[in-house]
Order: sequence, then C-alpha cells, then structure tokens
Amino acid sequence: MSEVPAARRGQINRRGVCTQVAVRRVRLTFEGDLITDPVIYQLGKDFNIVTNIRRAEVHADVGWVVLELDGAEAEIDMALAWAAGKGVRVDLVTGDVIEG
Amino acid sequence: MAYTSSLHCRECGNEYPIAPSHVCEWCFGPLEVTYDYDAISRSISREKIKDGPLSMWRYADLLPVSADNAVDIGTGMTPLLKADNLGRELGIDQLWIKNDAVNPTYSFKDRVVSVAVTKALEFGFDTLACASTGNLAGAVAAHGAKANMRTLVFIPSDLEAGKVIGAAIYGPTVVAVDGNYDDVNRLCSELADANESWAFVNINMRPYYSEGSKTLGYEVAEQLGWKAPDHAVVPIASGSLFTKIWKGMNEFASLGLIDDVRTKMHGAQADGCSPVAQAFADNQLHVKPVVPNTIAKSLAIGNPADAYYTLKITREAEGSTVGSTPDPEIIEGIKLLAQTEGIFTETAGGVVISNLKKLARAGRFQKGESVVAFITGNGLKTIEAVAQEAHPINIKATVSSFEEFVQLESRVGTKAASS
Repeated sequence: MSEVPAARRGQINRRGVCTQVAVRRVRLTFEGDLITDPVIYQLGKDFNIVTNIRRAEVHADVGWVVLELDGAEAEIDMALAWAAGKGVRVDLVTGDVIEG
Repeated sequence: MAYTSSLHCRECGNEYPIAPSHVCEWCFGPLEVTYDYDAISRSISREKIKDGPLSMWRYADLLPVSADNAVDIGTGMTPLLKADNLGRELGIDQLWIKNDAVNPTYSFKDRVVSVAVTKALEFGFDTLACASTGNLAGAVAAHGAKANMRTLVFIPSDLEAGKVIGAAIYGPTVVAVDGNYDDVNRLCSELADANESWAFVNINMRPYYSEGSKTLGYEVAEQLGWKAPDHAVVPIASGSLFTKIWKGMNEFASLGLIDDVRTKMHGAQADGCSPVAQAFADNQLHVKPVVPNTIAKSLAIGNPADAYYTLKITREAEGSTVGSTPDPEIIEGIKLLAQTEGIFTETAGGVVISNLKKLARAGRFQKGESVVAFITGNGLKTIEAVAQEAHPINIKATVSSFEEFVQLESRVGTKAASS
C-alpha cells in the first residue's frame, strides 16, 4: 500500500524533463452555447492529454460528460483551466468529498 | 455475520468483490453493496429486532459488516417524538420529530461512521480520514478514538472554533487547509487517491458508510408501530441520507416487516445551496453544481454525489418534492422547533422545519396523515447562527433592580393588552 499509485507516476517528456503523470476523472458540465462547442476535441488537440469518455448525457440546454484524462499533471491542469475559462463547469467525478 | 456478496455499480451494474473501493472502473459510476436478501429474510424478524440491542445495531442483519466487532459508541434508537405543539402551529395533526441530534457526537453522522469504521477494521486499515466542515469530523474523531485508529481530519482553516474543538478533543490529527471550499475538496480527493492505506470514510469506504443511514428509516418504521410514515421531510446535502432512508423503509417492506411503502419523500435544502431543489423545479435528473453560500453549512455540498438518485426517488414516490428556504427562514425554523417542542437543532434542522412549514402552507399534508421531520444535528454545533437571538436583561444584584425589570414587563403587558 506504500507504493506510488498508478494514478501518479513520473514520465520523461519530449524535452527530456521528468514530469508528474496523472490520470484524472472529471465531470464537465456545459450550458447554453457551450453544448455545441467541440470542447473535448480541443482538449485533446490543444493539450498533450488523452481524453476518454465514459458516460455522457446531452439535452437542449445542458449537457454533461464524465471522462478520464491521461497526461502530465501540469498539462491536465492547464487543459481544465482552459475549459473552465470557457465557462465549462469542472467537477470531481465522485461529487464533493467534503461533508458537513 | 454480514449478508453481503459483492459491490455493484449503480449505473452499469458491473460487479466487484467486497473491497475498499467506491467507483466503477468501467463507467465511473458509484458502487453499492449487494445483499443476499433471501438469507436475510430467513434470519430477520420483528421479534429478533425487538430483542436486539437498543442501538442501530439491532438492524445488523441489514448492514454490510459483522456486528460482532462493531465500533459502537451508543448510536441510534433515538427518540421519535409526537410534536403536538409544533403540529398545532403548522396545522399538522400527526407530526413526529425524529430527534437524531441526541447521538453520541450530536448528529446522525455517528450512524454512517460507525459502519464505516467497523468495515475499515475488517479490511485491516489502521488509519481513518475524512474532510468535513463539522459533524462528520466529530463523528470520525470519536469513532477513531474508540477503535484506537490513527485519525486524520481535514477541515477548512476558517472553521468555527467550536467545531474544531468538537473534533480535536478526541485526539485526531486535525489538518486545517487554507483555501476555499473547492480547494479543500480537490486536495482531499487527491489525498484519498494517493493514500490507499487510509480508510477515507466517505470516499473509499463510501459504499459501506452510506448504508448506516438506512437505520434511520428502520427506526422510524419500527417506532411508528411497524409502518412507514405518509410523509418524510429530510435534509439534503449529498442526497445520501434521503436515498438511504427510502431504501431502508423499502427493504423492510420487501422483507415483510412492514406493508408497502407509500411515503412521500420531501427533500429540504437552503436557498444558498439548492442544486437538487433547482433540478427538481426544472424537472431534471441531473443537477447544475453550485458554489454554496448559506448558514446551513452541514448541508453545503455544491455538487451532491447522490443528487441523481435523490431526484429519481422523487419521481418513483409520487407526491414527493424537493424545496428550499432562505437563511432568515432557517433561523425562524430553529426558533420555532425550540420554542414549541424544546428541541434545539442546528441549521440543517432549521432547514427541515422551514421547509416543513412551507409544505404545510402549500396543503401537502392531509388530515390524519403521519409526517416525520428528521432532525439530524444539535443546535449547540451552530450556535453562531442564532447568537443574535439572545437578549438577556441585565440587572444589578439587588431585589429592587429585579423588581424594576418586573415592572417593566408588567407595563409592556398592560400596553399590549390595551392596544
């Protein structure tokens, strides 16, 4: 149990720098015009991460997708910050863990 | 013995062995315990329950742990009180208060934590952890002390002193995290992922932890004379309590311990954190997460894990509702319960009473229907919310000073009578 979990391991990137690699499970919620934007395509194209959709539901006014992101931790952070900046709600896939 | 065979995903149905895990690896849906109800039906009976301990452990056949080594600090079998005074005030003739604020650490969280810690020991963990803004921290710290486990409690750094002391007194490592609600959430999720040797009660132990709430449903059914109420008014934070009370009553029915459940389930939230109420109003099954901003901090979960299942129940149980009330009405609710029934509840209870009042005014309760309001935490936990209500009259230590006050009261009374 003391091993470094698979979700967080070191990796040498293309520039020869060791980076923290992570697998992160998130839920993205889209409202309004964002529903028609190719956000997940752009996440994979503009950032060096792999997107893997596991569940999703889209309605006329709101949509959500549960997905796994694989890549350098800093790259995932940047990708999610970009999505949040566009107005996409980014949450933990398991809901909030802090309780009253 | 525990009558459990596996975990299953609530979304895709995939099965997993009994283990400290909470998310389906295939679809990331939440995991739930699978029971062998045939075996339970051969073991359980009203008589066996009645002969059991005067605690939540009288329902051990329906919990996912062995009761032989239960970590029990005296939780459960809390009073179900007929609330005639409050009922008269609200026009409800069969109103009951389930006062779960009298548990050992003064909230219903003792039920879920008792199960989670018992299971954690079964799995061989020696470290307990949780992230909390109050009630959960106290319950985990107390049960960690009883179980002689290393205990870590993560709290926001701006938590009120009373709540910090309410957990710290049991001797856990209390970690105060700088940052906002989302920061604490994310850190604790990352810590849970990175520390698989910890039993994080509401993360990797969640399938077991959440089952403890079913005992509230069992108790109310037993205390009402082996029947489910016509209405239940339940506070909603993650939604887990709401779903498990419903599940508990329906398990009793499927085992033949009570008749079919026709309870209308009413969820109660604060306006300042009402994602489930909003989704209900919009006729949606998925919530739009919010950033909480309410005095009802024990219900302040902006992205409730069990919202979807809560909303599904409101469709299944016809006539159910989810509503919300503003903070000033929550305080009025706290005062109303205290001043009619002598029960001082925390802000979550104020949410329940203010929503109960709203439901009564809307004519939701018919004459003769039984209504149970679930009070889940003690008022001394959120004393700052009602601090402005205390106005002691200062007098000098003399009889004349006291009589001066009495005359003042008398004048006020005379004035009121003549106006």
